[in-house]
Amino acid sequence: MYAVELRGISKKFGDILANDNIDLAIKKGEIHCLLGENGAGKTTLMKILFGLYSKDSGSIFINNQEINIDSPRKAIDLGISMIHQHFMLVNRFTVTENIIAGEEPSKGIFIDEKEALKRVEEIAGRYNLRINPTAVIEDISVGEQQRVEIIKALYRKAEILILDEPTAVLTPQETEELFQVMRELKNDGKTIIFITHKLKETMAISDRVTILRNGKKAGTVNTAETDPVQLARMMVGRDVLLQVEKSEREKNNVIFEVKDLSLKNVSSNLSLKNVNFQIEKGEILGLAGVEGNGQLELEEAIMGLRPIEKGTFILNGRDISSFSTREKRNTGMAYIPSDRLKRGLIESFTIEENVMLGSEWKPPFAKRGIIDEDKIKEYTEKIIKEFDIKCSSTKARVSELSGGNQQKLLIGRELLADPEFILASQPTRGVDVGAVEYIHNLLLQLRDRGKGILLISAELDELRSLSDRIMVIYEGRIVAEGRTEDFTEEELGLLMAGQEVEVLQS
Amino acid sequence: MKIIEKIKNMSFLANILYSILAIIFALIIGAVLIFLSGHNVINAYYNLFYGAFGNTYNLSQTLLKTIPLIFTGLAVAVSFQCGLFNIGGEGQLYWGAFATAITAITFAKLPGPVLIPLSILAGAAAGGIWGIFPGYLKAKTGAHEVITTIMLNYIGILGTTFFLKNYFKADGPVDQTVFIPESTRLKELIPYSRLTWAIFIAIFTVILLDLFFKKTSAGYDMKAVGQNISAAEYAGISTSRVLIMSMCLSGAIAGLTGSTMVLGVLHRFITNFSPGYGFTGIAVAVLGRNKPWGVFLAALLFGALEAGGMSMQLFARIPSDLMTIVQGLVIIFVAAPAFIQVIGKLIPVRRGAGLDE
Ligand SMILES: Nc1ncnc2c1ncn2[C@@H]1O[C@H](COP(=O)(O)OP(=O)(O)OP(=O)(O)O)[C@@H](O)[C@H]1O
Ligand SMILES: [Mg+2]
Repeated sequence: MYAVELRGISKKFGDILANDNIDLAIKKGEIHCLLGENGAGKTTLMKILFGLYSKDSGSIFINNQEINIDSPRKAIDLGISMIHQHFMLVNRFTVTENIIAGEEPSKGIFIDEKEALKRVEEIAGRYNLRINPTAVIEDISVGEQQRVEIIKALYRKAEILILDEPTAVLTPQETEELFQVMRELKNDGKTIIFITHKLKETMAISDRVTILRNGKKAGTVNTAETDPVQLARMMVGRDVLLQVEKSEREKNNVIFEVKDLSLKNVSSNLSLKNVNFQIEKGEILGLAGVEGNGQLELEEAIMGLRPIEKGTFILNGRDISSFSTREKRNTGMAYIPSDRLKRGLIESFTIEENVMLGSEWKPPFAKRGIIDEDKIKEYTEKIIKEFDIKCSSTKARVSELSGGNQQKLLIGRELLADPEFILASQPTRGVDVGAVEYIHNLLLQLRDRGKGILLISAELDELRSLSDRIMVIYEGRIVAEGRTEDFTEEELGLLMAGQEVEVLQS
Repeated sequence: MKIIEKIKNMSFLANILYSILAIIFALIIGAVLIFLSGHNVINAYYNLFYGAFGNTYNLSQTLLKTIPLIFTGLAVAVSFQCGLFNIGGEGQLYWGAFATAITAITFAKLPGPVLIPLSILAGAAAGGIWGIFPGYLKAKTGAHEVITTIMLNYIGILGTTFFLKNYFKADGPVDQTVFIPESTRLKELIPYSRLTWAIFIAIFTVILLDLFFKKTSAGYDMKAVGQNISAAEYAGISTSRVLIMSMCLSGAIAGLTGSTMVLGVLHRFITNFSPGYGFTGIAVAVLGRNKPWGVFLAALLFGALEAGGMSMQLFARIPSDLMTIVQGLVIIFVAAPAFIQVIGKLIPVRRGAGLDE
């Protein structure tokens, strides 16, 4: 029996055919993975199923009954819940308040808080979802927020769960934990639709996989009968190198150096203690670590966005410690921040407006404070062409772009000024395998052209295949540093978890 | 949230269409109210429109009432573009009026063509400085500008009164300064209408601001900070400087309200001269969607309702308060998303066509 059946679903956004006559059948009690490049139409399809978007044509069957889902309310009543990549929680409410919002158990006109707590704890206990029901959302980790979203769905009696890229923001341990929960849900008869870009995860957790390409269905396969190479080929339509080739390099001059950096983040109580490192021309230095161990503080300190206690930054032999963010950018530093929508791009602005962000006072974009729109358009077109960004026009809003295309746009903008040193934080988060391959190759090209790159990433595979050297950060301290070949994956994992490891130093 | 996003992103035409719909609905409800209070609706609305646009003099009265609302509306819109909510227009315009009057009186010997711009500049500067305080507090300490500007309104209104009473009061029972010199009074466009070329200063300000936000790097910075302050900061924009600048600009424009009132209409500084222009400016900005030309049209509408309402009161004997109600209804319809849903139900809209998350 099929829990969900979509037949001939189509959806157009202006000229873009986001979903083109898609059939999708999800068996009851399975974990079904939805794969596809950025912009392939996965989120759109799921939003149609969840009643957020209206479909142009096609029909939806839930438990073999045709139903017109015209609002999320209706979807929820049918037992469908969607957990978006950007959580929809009220930051200042507690975990319990968020879970029960809209469906509070009541005692007369009052909320029955005891009953609420009891129900929440019961669900959490049944599926091993570790949460603190009385904590306030803004104080808890992303992983925990996600568990809250899942409990919220289960509290609303969800039988069909849609998870849109749930692992993009999780650490490897949190991902493993989430998978454990998903398996328990499956054992309990729930149906799960799971969107991801990571083929490893697809192979690990799903029963069947449906691949979308350019808004069309490319096929459905049983996970047991496929492999990552085939999946990648179905997604992209060509062979994808899942592992990039890196050339040998020779010793070169130091391009960027951090000396004795210390700082304290008052709000999170995390301190960076005596961080020291050098990056040579043509070198990629990878920074490994579980998120929240000081990577963000380090990024921000380097870019002059966070006050430091002591420390020196040297770029090309020049002390730039006292430079403002703008001056640093103007002297050849580029920065790809980890959270592109929060810190890198302005969603409500057009692509053109985002391209000029940060260069809005500089020629050729502006002369004496007056903006030159033709020049901006010209450069935007160049970036779109060079980085193969899929969009309707240079005046499309960034919020209309898919995640991968947003990331390409951000990278394109940052590389526009031909920087000497690039600080790239999570550069491939949320982007598809084709774009990952592209971005990885681009970073290696930049390296071969003599740029220095500091690569901050939570993906060990990415770090190991790109970096010449790797540092591991744990609780604000660099706990290990060495050539990439000197670490095994296990050693890196242990170091990231804060354990002492004897690493052979060369 | 979805719907608010939607309004923000509606195209220009849809916006205008929607505003016109809101006005029509408001007028219909107004008609019902007039009918219920036992008056002739046709007669009332005839007088309303005649009083607002019927002849040159009536039109001039509409424009006269429009001028201060253009300035205060622009002031709110400018701060809003930068993500700030300047409720302090009232305090800022009092300082603007005060500084303009004192400058004109103090330097009475200067020739008009020099003194007029100087007095206007003094008014803008005074309003601007009054705007810098909440801007600075916001940028450096995070103090919410809504709270600080409300507080500064009291200080501004009472502060100008204090200086007036103690240092600049003309003889007589009324708290007012002496008249400003003849040479500094703006020329009337139509005799006895009190409509001066202050209207052109207002329109010129609209044009300048429109260009400022569309064409200049500084205007871009303000919008960027308003839309996503983190991304702006990460891109190297000095956000605290931009926040302070936008409040200063907003205050300066509010200050111009006072300047043009003094030079064009009052010809002196009087306490409590403003019937709440600063606050009406908020409504004007909302209706004008915080765009300079939108503000202009919204101010014109409010000016017309006010001028027409007065003639309605005079000739049809219907309290002009009714038009204040209509003004309120327009705002509610424009600002309240639920209203759109009702219309949306009548006209089936395709969901998921715009910014939807
Ligand atoms: N609200 C919208 N308005 C206009 N175009 C949209 C909108 N939402 C999506 N699109 C377009 O529809 C296409 C499909 O987008 P969708 O978000 O479904 O992709 P996706 O497969 O989820 O990609 P990603 O992996 O990057 O999240 C894209 O080309 C996107 O630009
Ligand atoms: Mg998506």
